[in-house]
Amino acid sequence: MEFLELLNFYIIPGLVLGSIYALGAVGITLVFAILRYAHLAHGDIATLGAFVAFAAVTLLGLPVYAALPVAMVVTAFAAVGIDKLFYDYLRERPRIVTVMASLGVALMVRSLVQVIWGVDAESYIRGIARPENWWGIRLKDREIVTILTMIGLVLALQLFLMKTKWGKAMRAMSDNPNLALLSGVDNGKVVFLTWLIVGGLCAASGFFLGLNTELKSMMGWQMLLPMFAAAILGGVGRIEGAVLGGLIVGVAEEVSVIFIPSEYKAAMAFVILLLMLLLRPTGLLRGKVL
Amino acid sequence: MEWIGLLNYAVFMAIFICIYGLLALGLNIQWGFTGLFNAGIAGFFAVGAYASAILTTPEAAGRIGGFDLPVPVGWAGAMVLAAAIAWPIGKICLRFRSDYLAIATIGVAEIIRLVVKSEDWLTNSARGVTNIPRPFGDLPYVQSQLAYLALVGGILLVVYLLVERQIAAPWGRMMRAIRDNELAARAMGKDVPFRRLEAFIFGAALMGLGGALFAHLNRAITPEAIDPMVATFLVWIMLILGGSGNNRGAILGVAVVWVIWSFSEILTDQFPPEIAIKAKYIRIFLIGLMLQLVLRFRPEGILPEPQRGVSGKKDL
Repeated sequence: MEFLELLNFYIIPGLVLGSIYALGAVGITLVFAILRYAHLAHGDIATLGAFVAFAAVTLLGLPVYAALPVAMVVTAFAAVGIDKLFYDYLRERPRIVTVMASLGVALMVRSLVQVIWGVDAESYIRGIARPENWWGIRLKDREIVTILTMIGLVLALQLFLMKTKWGKAMRAMSDNPNLALLSGVDNGKVVFLTWLIVGGLCAASGFFLGLNTELKSMMGWQMLLPMFAAAILGGVGRIEGAVLGGLIVGVAEEVSVIFIPSEYKAAMAFVILLLMLLLRPTGLLRGKVL
Repeated sequence: MEWIGLLNYAVFMAIFICIYGLLALGLNIQWGFTGLFNAGIAGFFAVGAYASAILTTPEAAGRIGGFDLPVPVGWAGAMVLAAAIAWPIGKICLRFRSDYLAIATIGVAEIIRLVVKSEDWLTNSARGVTNIPRPFGDLPYVQSQLAYLALVGGILLVVYLLVERQIAAPWGRMMRAIRDNELAARAMGKDVPFRRLEAFIFGAALMGLGGALFAHLNRAITPEAIDPMVATFLVWIMLILGGSGNNRGAILGVAVVWVIWSFSEILTDQFPPEIAIKAKYIRIFLIGLMLQLVLRFRPEGILPEPQRGVSGKKDL
């Protein structure tokens, strides 16, 4: 196989898919590290975000890219609301009970999407987008936007976590919750901010998946496993690890098609997840193990 | 002849309650007594259903099979295969907190769904495995249903007694100790990951048996027969509502949830088609909400786990 062919048909789609996973994996890693449980409704909240953007395009007539910030804000507050309604009161109980509640939330959010928007596939833009040729590398506009927006959002998040007071509070809760609470960090505010950020990132990940493929009510649930694989591969609690993990899982899924039947593409994430748990549970960048 | 129809329906529901009862008992061993989060119940169910179907069906073109073995061998095979799939997953994930097991079991269920859907030679993909022999299948319809009910009811009773025996034994006491205070149990020299693995495999085998009983009831099994997420979730809500850690509660929860679930289906089928489709998703939304409400207002379930120990010596 030619190098350009490998690049155009496997690596680039892999990186685009990987960017989408990365956006979700960053959220998963934040919840895992700060709130300390596996959030199983993550994929379905991404579906919700994608369909909110769809509503903004079809009902409000917004341009496609303008729908992204709208969806991020709406989903961010939806995530905060879900936390207040269904997770908050379980804080004193064993964490695994919250995991169970999140499985219930996943089902509820998905059935809500199915009631409102139905189960048929939708898309933001009709018609086929032609890729442009950049010295033999074929790229669509929306693929460039996906990768650049992912990088932009992650850099902004890193800046927030490193430079601002509340970002530092979030990192402190992740490193040592008891010490952070003793030092006067307001737990409620940290939880609120975490869900705000996580909801926004979920919406972005769902939006770009919908933009690059199509919108389906099961799309988010099917992303859940790759997103968890990415977060664990990168190391739980490490933002840059989640991005790296997302890109690796995305490329691995697309390249796997060369070697195994394409039906089993989705199994790659599972294989990566099990291998990491077996060989190096802290992940590539030395994260936490809960 | 209205009452005959009603009776038939009641028998049909009772058979399903027994099958789901096996799944709930399996989950109770994993979650109720050991604290393991299995989100892939439908996967183990499907493995059991297909394993028994392939072992007991006569020769069919285009797929592996033709073993034509007796039904009990198929059921044993279903349990062994479900356990064999649970083993490596448990081995890898049970060293960590149960969150990792939750993710991995979602993955297992997904892979099993992919295999069932795409491996023609093994499962005949979308067309499914047919001609599965049914015990007492030669009798007229009503007798055959009643006989099958007696059979699954008997199996459920035997499993229930065995699990109760096991939980009251020192093994059960040790499992509860591990669940309630892992550190103390480890300090007493208990091999925590190994004991958890035992419970995970034991539970998975029961789920496999449930799947096998389902396949033989329907005489056929197709990938569409089980909606993975809904099936898994139904078993969870049954156990949590009934009372995790209490086997009688688990079976009571199965009966309550299954009756609500079936009657709501009859109700929504009366609506005109365009509303009926939406109503199906509203039902799923409502069982999700039901879980949240139970977790919030009655986390111990209808029948809470009996407090064993100093004051409750008679329980042991």
